[in-house]
Amino acid sequence: MTKVKIKRSILARLIPGLTSLTKRGPSGWMVILGIVIVSALVVMTAIAPWIRPHDPIKTAVGPIGDPPSSQFPMGTNHLGQDMLSRILCGGSIMLQVSTISVLVCFLVGVPLGLFSSYVGGVFDRACSLVIDSIYAFPGLVIAIAIAAMLGRGAVNMALSIAVVYIPSYFRIVRSQVLSIKELTYVEAARAVGAKWYTILFRYILPNVIPSIVVVATINFADAVLTAAGLTFIGLGVTVDVPDWGWDLTDGRALLPSGAWWVITFPGLMIILLALGFTLIGEGLSELLNPKLHR
Amino acid sequence: MGLRSYVITRILLTIPTLLLLLTMVFLVMRVLPGDPVALHFEKKATPEQMEQMRSRLGLDKPLWAQYMDYLGGIVDIGYFLEHGYPNLGESMQTFEEVGGQIFSAFPATLELAVYSMIIAAGIGVVLGVISSKSYNSVLDHLIRGFGTVTYAVPIFLLGMIFQLIFGVYLRWLPTGLRLNPAVEPPACVTGLYTIDSLLEGNLFTFFESLKALLLPCLTLGLILSGMFIRMTRTNMLETLRLDFVTAARARGLKESTVTYSYALRNAFLPVLTMMGLQFAILLGGAILTETTFSWPGLGRYVVDRINFRDYTAIQGAIVMFGIFVTLVSLVVDILYAYVDPRIRL
Repeated sequence: MTKVKIKRSILARLIPGLTSLTKRGPSGWMVILGIVIVSALVVMTAIAPWIRPHDPIKTAVGPIGDPPSSQFPMGTNHLGQDMLSRILCGGSIMLQVSTISVLVCFLVGVPLGLFSSYVGGVFDRACSLVIDSIYAFPGLVIAIAIAAMLGRGAVNMALSIAVVYIPSYFRIVRSQVLSIKELTYVEAARAVGAKWYTILFRYILPNVIPSIVVVATINFADAVLTAAGLTFIGLGVTVDVPDWGWDLTDGRALLPSGAWWVITFPGLMIILLALGFTLIGEGLSELLNPKLHR
Repeated sequence: MGLRSYVITRILLTIPTLLLLLTMVFLVMRVLPGDPVALHFEKKATPEQMEQMRSRLGLDKPLWAQYMDYLGGIVDIGYFLEHGYPNLGESMQTFEEVGGQIFSAFPATLELAVYSMIIAAGIGVVLGVISSKSYNSVLDHLIRGFGTVTYAVPIFLLGMIFQLIFGVYLRWLPTGLRLNPAVEPPACVTGLYTIDSLLEGNLFTFFESLKALLLPCLTLGLILSGMFIRMTRTNMLETLRLDFVTAARARGLKESTVTYSYALRNAFLPVLTMMGLQFAILLGGAILTETTFSWPGLGRYVVDRINFRDYTAIQGAIVMFGIFVTLVSLVVDILYAYVDPRIRL
């Protein structure tokens, strides 16, 4: 009985948001636009090896710092690499880093938040204290410190970004569980002798999921930007993989000569990816908590 | 609770926060896998050289002893009074005092941060008020769209575009550094060039430093304004519906008076708290802005030290960032309690 009710309550909150988005006004369209942008970029990155005109890491395929032309539609960079091919292939690092970091955050932040708020007491207070102090610290500074210690690489970048965003998951889960665990259906579950993990993961977690989805999409957007930032200050992946963040950083070399194309195209791609996730996140959060935004 | 007891409690609460923060930085820098000394030399040194470096920096001691050294250095009041900055150890690269290096880089970051915050809050509050006044119109959607886009733009991309337009194409503004190298910097009183040059009465230097500040501050300010737009808009929409606003309108007050002296005054409080939280994000953004504009501040210092793999310096700089953020949030909380008595209850 309870299970059915809960399932219906998640469905009632999530599914209308996903199936009849078009009828939900501007917020619905925001989500659709975001999903379209993100999927387009994912597909582009996936099929890039077959559609790219040149080898993205081969240097001197064209003249150095050539403006966009019919042969090189996005120009070439200071190594004479074809920018179009680099743009087509360059999303993979960003997508990997953001996906891994969101997964790690989800796997650490959510169970920790659930457990901590359900158990309460000293454990909860200690967890909250540590998490709050991470939360108050400048995110990029933490990511820099950890990335500097772990060294270069996509996974290390993802881990250092994850540490920054675990607090967001923890906090949202904790605040929701604190109110949900007082509801009658949880009390009923406890009364019929349900185990604590059944109550937590089966009865409470589903009601927290919608908020987590919102946090996760925003986390995606932030992870993309943070990854770009880490790359910019020299903590990104190594040079031999095409990456928008790296191209953007590298574009500084040609900046004094007025080469706008070297930074504009990778920059636009990063903005698009981050914007796609932001639109999904903001749209969903308005659909799920209309009161907060109006 | 009176204001004084609130302030005292709040200051006392800062101590465990700081201690926790220092511990976390220590854990990240010393306990995470990765040996600072080995990373520093990149396998290009003999074991003897590495051992020498370890003993010089005290890294050969057991972890708890290192921890006590580290904490002891930071809370060493005598050292602080003598030098004016806390003891953060010495650099692995230059063997200079890290505290001193940070101390001299700090004013540049402070100047950048303060002016950026003013720009962000200014743009954010003005656009937020306009947006709420024209609720659900095209203008409102445009402003909200602008706010959303600011979340998605990498800060250094905006900086580079500004450099390209105003520095390279138009040649109106400098693209880097705090002051044109040909201009003599003002005598250091506060370390903030705009204020020091005014204290000297040197208007030329003042305008030169203002010119150098404009692009970096605009970059950082624009990126951060999105959050202020949203916050101001939401609060204004809520406040404009309250009875006292209706009452003010009913008394025949001008709409601008109602908006600015009545509604905005009340909607501004949460924006103030927000400024404290934004400061942490602003400092993160400052690292990228400083790197883009070769701005010789704390962020630029961290990035330089990362390139030299100078771990003691990185650790010191991160500690300083943490202390700075903690102090700012302390000040904001106290200000908030001063403005809004309900907080003290």
